[in-house]
Amino acid sequence: MSETAFDPTAPLTPTGNLRRRRAFNRFAEYGATAAAVLAVAVLAIVIYTVVARGASALSLEFLFTGEPTGIGPAIVGTGLIVLVATAIAMPLGVLIALYLTEFAGGRADRPIRLMLDLMNGLPSIVIGLFVFGLLVYGKTQSAFAGSIALAIIELPLIARGSQEVLLLVPNSMREAADALGVSRWRTVLGVILPSALGGIVTATVLAVARAAGETAPLILVCSVFDSRGVSLNPFEAIPNIPVTIFTLSEEANPTGFARAWGASLVLLSFILLASLAARVLLARSRSKVAR
Amino acid sequence: MSGTTVNPARVTGASSVRRPRSAARLRRVDRIGDGVLHGICALAALLGVVTLLLIGYQIVHGAGPAISEFGLGFVTHTTWQPNFNLYGAGSVLFGTAVSSFVALLLGAPIAVSIGLYLSLLAPKGVRGIVAPLVEMLAAIPSVILGFWGILILAPFVQANIEPWLHNTLGFIPLFGPPQTTGASVFTASLILTVMVIPIIASISRDLFLAVPNEIQEGASALGATRWEVVRGVVLPTTASGVVAASLLGLGRALGEAIAVTQVMGAGSTIKASLFDTGDTLAGRIANQFPGAITEMHQASLYYLGVILLVIGLLSNFIAQWIGKRFDYARTMAK
Repeated sequence: MSETAFDPTAPLTPTGNLRRRRAFNRFAEYGATAAAVLAVAVLAIVIYTVVARGASALSLEFLFTGEPTGIGPAIVGTGLIVLVATAIAMPLGVLIALYLTEFAGGRADRPIRLMLDLMNGLPSIVIGLFVFGLLVYGKTQSAFAGSIALAIIELPLIARGSQEVLLLVPNSMREAADALGVSRWRTVLGVILPSALGGIVTATVLAVARAAGETAPLILVCSVFDSRGVSLNPFEAIPNIPVTIFTLSEEANPTGFARAWGASLVLLSFILLASLAARVLLARSRSKVAR
Repeated sequence: MSGTTVNPARVTGASSVRRPRSAARLRRVDRIGDGVLHGICALAALLGVVTLLLIGYQIVHGAGPAISEFGLGFVTHTTWQPNFNLYGAGSVLFGTAVSSFVALLLGAPIAVSIGLYLSLLAPKGVRGIVAPLVEMLAAIPSVILGFWGILILAPFVQANIEPWLHNTLGFIPLFGPPQTTGASVFTASLILTVMVIPIIASISRDLFLAVPNEIQEGASALGATRWEVVRGVVLPTTASGVVAASLLGLGRALGEAIAVTQVMGAGSTIKASLFDTGDTLAGRIANQFPGAITEMHQASLYYLGVILLVIGLLSNFIAQWIGKRFDYARTMAK
């Protein structure tokens, strides 16, 4: 091509390419915008469908009674399973995050980070298989087994989220505590944890939102239950919302579908509200810690 | 060292304010406290590692009978007939590969475009709204997405998209005639696409935001259009990260069980057409495990879990390796 020989004295003349380049640029910009619109539209359609179809099923009776009219026991059951899971995962996750940010030297740091990443990437059905083999095989299904499975799902989320905020705590605070002669554990418990608390709560709420909708492990370890009444015994299988939706969706039964939409609405509004709340909390605690 | 500092109490001659014995006890408590907290934290981390190892052991252990019975041939055998105690992972492996691949093929370009939009195009106000909305897509539980998939998406796809594709591209065996139920590999791929998009989009947005402004502005100053800046600067510097993000998305698509079971129709043979039923590794486990009575059936499902675990860990490892090895944006930022 003649263009390769660069002549600095040549007058700057338009090649006529600019129009084509501009047009392609415009096209690419529209494409990117359209992709974003598409994603938001899918979200809107899913939420709209769930709300529109679920709202008609929703009533006080639906929320507070058992089968066949409502899903009350399932709501209580999901609450219990997730509560126990969080009670297990939150302390462990925070401790692992503390270990990573405050104690681990260079050598221990990487394998543990890798462990969290791998655990986060585990398919939830595999976690279900694991818990089935560990706690259910040869015994009976139980809510406790479900909690363990959900705890394994929550753990990396809480640990990574907490670690991020702990890293945001300014080093000057640690140094100030050191300068005052405060021992490490008092610094951690009295200075670092309180200032990172907002972020830790955020990470936990996000993990709860994720765990509440997790279905695959529960199908294996907590799915054969009596959904007529409320059960709080963690050592038997108790009704829960995700499995209820799944079972109803597999039966070709219109009234069952209506109940499944209602249950979906309950679950989805909880999850979306929780992640919204977490987002607000995060923004607030970020600005607080960084100050 | 503390011995060399001057004790003000000794200088004035008054009795020490802080008695040495209590100071010693304080030091001892602090030493113990430090050790205990360090120990507990390390123990928690160790517990995590042990859990992960235990998961691997338990899955392989559960698959034991099937592994010793079928060996590695299990992976390629395509028959799955619980009644005859014949098991092979071939057909579900095929279904997994096809559905995940299609999901990635559709999802990755869209997700990268969203990442570009959010990092370079969108005005600040819009960015603050759209970014959380896209991430919220990931928060929808798979069981709800699957339920929506069978009742809303599948009939629509079966009535509109599949016939159109069949009529225009029907000469390719991939686009066979649509089935009556709407449960198909294609619909499942679409659901997986929806799941994959927020993951890839949010990671790639962060990557694009990390590309140094100076080199983008340099390209602009040379007369590059926005697209040319993206094409010539942003994408090349982040390519490895985008690939890593896509692999993470792939891991999500491979392991998804519930929505796939609901939408894919649990077909048990390999079919060329995307519009036919199929099944995936994870979907087969979710679908058949609760009803698996014989030991061999259960062990075979565990064997599928082993394959899933290996593929999942592998894609995760590769993603991290690529991310670390070639992360130009991050090394530039440092």
